Amino acid sequence: MAQPRKFTKFRDVMKEVNTKGAALYKNPAGTEDLVILSPYAINYIHSYAEDSPFFLGLAKGKILGSECKSCHYRYATPRSHCMACGAETEWFALPKEGRVHSWTTCYYGGEEFLKETPFNLALVEFDGVDTLLLTRLKDAKEADIFIGMKVKAVFRHPPRYLISDVHFVPSEKPRKK
Amino acid sequence: MPAPRKVYMISGGVTKFAKAHPDMDFRLMVKRAFDYAMKDIPELRTSDIESSRISYFSDHFARQLKAASMVQDYLGLNPKDSRRIEWGGATGGQAIQAGWETVASGRNEVCLVAGFETMSHVETWKGNEFIALASDTNFDYPVGGFYTGYYALMVQRHIYEYLRKTKFARVKDEKKAQREATQEAKRIMAMVSVKNHVNAEHNPYSQYPEKLTMKEALGREMVAYPLNRPMICTMSDGAAVAILASEDVAFKYTDHPVLIKGVGCGTDTMRLADRPHGSVPLFPWEEAGYYSDLRYPGVHSFRAGRAAALEAYKNSGIRDPKKELDFVELHDAYASSEIQTYEDIGLCRYGEGYEFVDQGHPFLEDIDYGLDLPHRGTIPVNPSGGLIACGHPVGATGIMQGVFAFWQLQGSIRKHFGNDKLQIRGAKRGLIHSHAGTGSSVTVTIMERA
Repeated sequence: MAQPRKFTKFRDVMKEVNTKGAALYKNPAGTEDLVILSPYAINYIHSYAEDSPFFLGLAKGKILGSECKSCHYRYATPRSHCMACGAETEWFALPKEGRVHSWTTCYYGGEEFLKETPFNLALVEFDGVDTLLLTRLKDAKEADIFIGMKVKAVFRHPPRYLISDVHFVPSEKPRKK
Repeated sequence: MPAPRKVYMISGGVTKFAKAHPDMDFRLMVKRAFDYAMKDIPELRTSDIESSRISYFSDHFARQLKAASMVQDYLGLNPKDSRRIEWGGATGGQAIQAGWETVASGRNEVCLVAGFETMSHVETWKGNEFIALASDTNFDYPVGGFYTGYYALMVQRHIYEYLRKTKFARVKDEKKAQREATQEAKRIMAMVSVKNHVNAEHNPYSQYPEKLTMKEALGREMVAYPLNRPMICTMSDGAAVAILASEDVAFKYTDHPVLIKGVGCGTDTMRLADRPHGSVPLFPWEEAGYYSDLRYPGVHSFRAGRAAALEAYKNSGIRDPKKELDFVELHDAYASSEIQTYEDIGLCRYGEGYEFVDQGHPFLEDIDYGLDLPHRGTIPVNPSGGLIACGHPVGATGIMQGVFAFWQLQGSIRKHFGNDKLQIRGAKRGLIHSHAGTGSSVTVTIMERA
């Protein structure tokens, strides 16, 4: 490798490192720092373990919540044991329609999702269920969404076996003004 | 349980927080903060330090497992007792409490608490991804993977509960009422942002001091509705240390130690969606009837913060924090969570946070903010500039708050900042608050002038 090029702005150092693999940073103190690119990638062998039926359910167009066999607290997310009383839970199918409990539109995101911006996040509440579900809310713009808005589930085919195999859309088309 | 021994903070040091410190690795950053603290109490020798509690949040940012061991040997503390502390965003606050525990228990007379983070190792949006790995990676991360998004979800519901249902209750059209309430909340969050940036103008350690105006604060780029850039803390490189000592030795090293009067810690579910909708754990001065219509904590408030404050006030004998505390340094990762935290720690009741800001209560008396503030100075919050303006190198942040609180209570702000604009005159007692995840763990520590 040739001698790394020298920069006085760290932003330029980052750019150079990303393309050439190394750069020298002449820092305000007057000394020089050698900065290199250090890649890092891992494939995990990830088991969903006791939560597996939830993800298999999404692939079949079902959202499975957990109901406590003892106190009957109903969770909108998988939880094999109840956090209120510690007893085992059993699966139940959530309604496919719910309401927006809270929401936001993200104009930035983590690097993996940056290309999908802007996107909406929503916490959905369901009748007869004690907790919420975090999801993407699609087919709606920032100006359309409000707390209490009715939303329905849409499933991804073929599934990727991720929580994003389900997302929600408005139950009714927003009225055009 | 036997009463714990009294524990004092006897010195502290902070590196200037910056976007990047490519000229210092984490060991040297901690060493600089450590040397500063040691210089302040020349009687203390490194050999007097019996143990260390070293905090950093992320193995991903560090890309060095057991980085705390490298700090330990760089400072020359081997072969003494040491451990790494990690507790998400509350890592620093938790490290101070871990140090407190080892001295309070009688195991050590002097313990070093040191923390750092090196977030510049990746670009900002990769950094956001790393931080989002501190949400449930099966159920939260793959949906959006973005903490600002999570905090936007929480404040949207907070606005709905506390502005839509009250101040905007008369607006008939639901969507219009929600939009107007959010506009009002945005204005008030911008006031918090102005307060913290303007305070930081006088803090030489801060990363983003700025004479921010309301117009600028409101006009800047949206990140996740309704949170825009100046309402959000940024990523930083930095380190901070606090040296703790028992009552037996503290006064040997300084005439002005600061007592760690009480500690508290609370927790909540990792997934925001799983938070219960029950009733409010009450402070002794609150009446249940006031919250009869409130389903708590839901996603609008931090039960972990309430639990931490309840424990810390009980241990410190505090009955009225607004009167008995002279200032608060709290974890304002977002302007929204600063307002939510006022309510959690009882500076006002749930639902009064927006009005608390609008009336000026958390602003400093002698600083010009360009705002009309009828009741300023009741209890200054984040006089240092907080995370929003000082920066947030996670493992150092909670310790930084401890150092700023220590200097406030010593009355030594001028000595350490080079000016005394932020010195709260006669400050006797302060609170520091460190907060993790979407509120999955929070620490509250009460510090008092000895």
